[in-house]
Amino acid sequence: MRILKYKDALSEATVQSMAIDKNIFITGIAVDYPSGIFGTTVEAARRFPDRVFDAPAMENALTGIAIGAAAVGKRPIIVHPRNDFMFLALDQLINLAAKWRYMYGGNAGSLPIVTRAVIGRGWGQGATHSQSLHSILAHFPGLNVIMPAFPDDAKGLMAQALRGNSPTIILEHRSLFDTEGHVPEELTPIEFGKARVLKKGTDLTIVASSFMAYEALHAAEELERYGLSVEVIDPRTIRPLDREAIIQSVAKTGRLIVSDVSWDFCGFSAEVSAMVAEQAFEHLKAPIKRICMADCPAPVSSVLEASFYPRASTLAKAVVQMLDRHDIPEFAIDRNDNFKGPY
Amino acid sequence: MGKTFSLDKNQAIEMHKALVKLRGVEEYISKIYPQQEMRTPVHLGTGQEAVAVGVCSALTKNDAVYSHHRCHNHYLAMGGSVRALAAELYGRETGASRGRGGSVHLTDRQNGFVVSSAILGETIACAVGSSLAFAMDKSKNVAVSFFGDAACEEGILYESLNYAAIKNLPVIFVCENNLYSTESSLSVRQPAGTSLVERARAFKVEASLIDGNNVASVFEAASNAIDRARNGGGPSFLELNTYRWREHVGPHFDHDLGRTYRDPAELVQWMDQCPIKQSKANLIEKNYCTSVELEKFGEEIESQIASEFDQAKLDRFPDVETLFDNVF
Repeated sequence: MRILKYKDALSEATVQSMAIDKNIFITGIAVDYPSGIFGTTVEAARRFPDRVFDAPAMENALTGIAIGAAAVGKRPIIVHPRNDFMFLALDQLINLAAKWRYMYGGNAGSLPIVTRAVIGRGWGQGATHSQSLHSILAHFPGLNVIMPAFPDDAKGLMAQALRGNSPTIILEHRSLFDTEGHVPEELTPIEFGKARVLKKGTDLTIVASSFMAYEALHAAEELERYGLSVEVIDPRTIRPLDREAIIQSVAKTGRLIVSDVSWDFCGFSAEVSAMVAEQAFEHLKAPIKRICMADCPAPVSSVLEASFYPRASTLAKAVVQMLDRHDIPEFAIDRNDNFKGPY
Repeated sequence: MGKTFSLDKNQAIEMHKALVKLRGVEEYISKIYPQQEMRTPVHLGTGQEAVAVGVCSALTKNDAVYSHHRCHNHYLAMGGSVRALAAELYGRETGASRGRGGSVHLTDRQNGFVVSSAILGETIACAVGSSLAFAMDKSKNVAVSFFGDAACEEGILYESLNYAAIKNLPVIFVCENNLYSTESSLSVRQPAGTSLVERARAFKVEASLIDGNNVASVFEAASNAIDRARNGGGPSFLELNTYRWREHVGPHFDHDLGRTYRDPAELVQWMDQCPIKQSKANLIEKNYCTSVELEKFGEEIESQIASEFDQAKLDRFPDVETLFDNVF
């Protein structure tokens, strides 16, 4: 199978879906520029110039516009180059899109809108360009919240979002855009609510979202050298959540670390921890551990950033401690972060 | 200027009947609401009927209408069923939104009434979105957004006007200016001398100020705007002056509850400009109808409305097993 970058997998899923469905269109700031949202909309703009068009910065109304277009048969994709701007769209997403089918009793039809939004990290992007809204969005019944971490999942989940009938938020991590992996050429949708076991293991389970799934896999592979068998689960979709896959893994390993690209407080990691405590308490051999961002806004100075963000090494250290393997020395595993901005 | 859209005899009679029907429904609700069997907050549009009837009479079922919390008039004016509205208020399975939405969350897709929602200004952008889809499909359909003067203090209106103007979209922004946002008067919300039509014009959107209690004037202005939009002329903004007779939410008159935010004399003055009264005077003056005929019609519609509500009350509640229907 050929190798593709994450960003090219997103692009390919979009273009192939647009070729099948004439109702799909893309709008948002600069989606039809040569830069095309880090390259993800360039090919779509070239192939379908009438269906890829720029929009002013108006996150609130633009989301309402997507809703109104979807209500009469379109399948809009709106793109936020940083998901932090989506705070301005929360009324439309949460009060209207999420409730559309339910609060009109199914009589107002379905609402197939897709919101793409990019999560920033590092390079001094700071407090308002480095957050992820997945926990907030997943809190409200009615929205699919998906977070692909690997190129093949990016393609398959995007394909599913563009054929589904309910509003979907796809959160794409900026640090993953240039990562590579095997991606099928055909358009094969991946069902929401199915976790992916990135690596099988028996000693401990790491459940990690988005970029932290990418980091967790790396940590688990490195730890294998020391005979530690870590199972890594990427839920891929925050809502719907594959609870069963997580419970099954914890039942096998008895130990759980949850890692998230956001804060622990009231977040996705809290949800997974609570769910395991409620449903798999008898299997736990140790307290659950969470590895998330430090509980402060994202700083800019690189020295502070290094303490703010967890990495593969943070996870490895937590695994070693939880398994009481103090014979294992601290070892450097973090890969170079090639991201050089400006954003 | 646009074409002339004056009412012929038939239109004038039909619109009058619609006004009476809308009034009858809201007044019937206000009468029985204290029985506490409609467990949903109601924002009654008594006094504002000519806005809904004048605009909706110029639309077809293929157009897309969006409304706000005070939505019964628009829903009914597009042809919405009284029975389904009543059932919705009673929380019945046969309601417009199957008892999941309540008074403020209505839908009637078959008649072109897409949805109403309770968040101020929210559906303005949705109307623009539907008009974008119509423009992309090169169809002749238009979208209409009904909103109140208070939505003019929400940023989304200006994002929406700006976008509709840039894209030259077939959308009509219909502002029902009833002077109050819940209990706040215009003086605390807009600088003295504010003109909403001037605000719209600042966005290069065609705008006009109309007597919102005169159904013929509303129909003419709406028909002009809709005709322009259908023919590629772009968006319009209509400011329609009108007045809400009853309290912001609930069945009462403010003065009956001792509220002092507005003077009862103001209500009396606006009741004198009642849309139905004006329409009736017009019909009689033009010899389209007699007082006796109108009275007979009024009685018929009243008993029909009562019967629709009575039947709706007998409808079944949703099954508890359906609590999770349509979440995703």
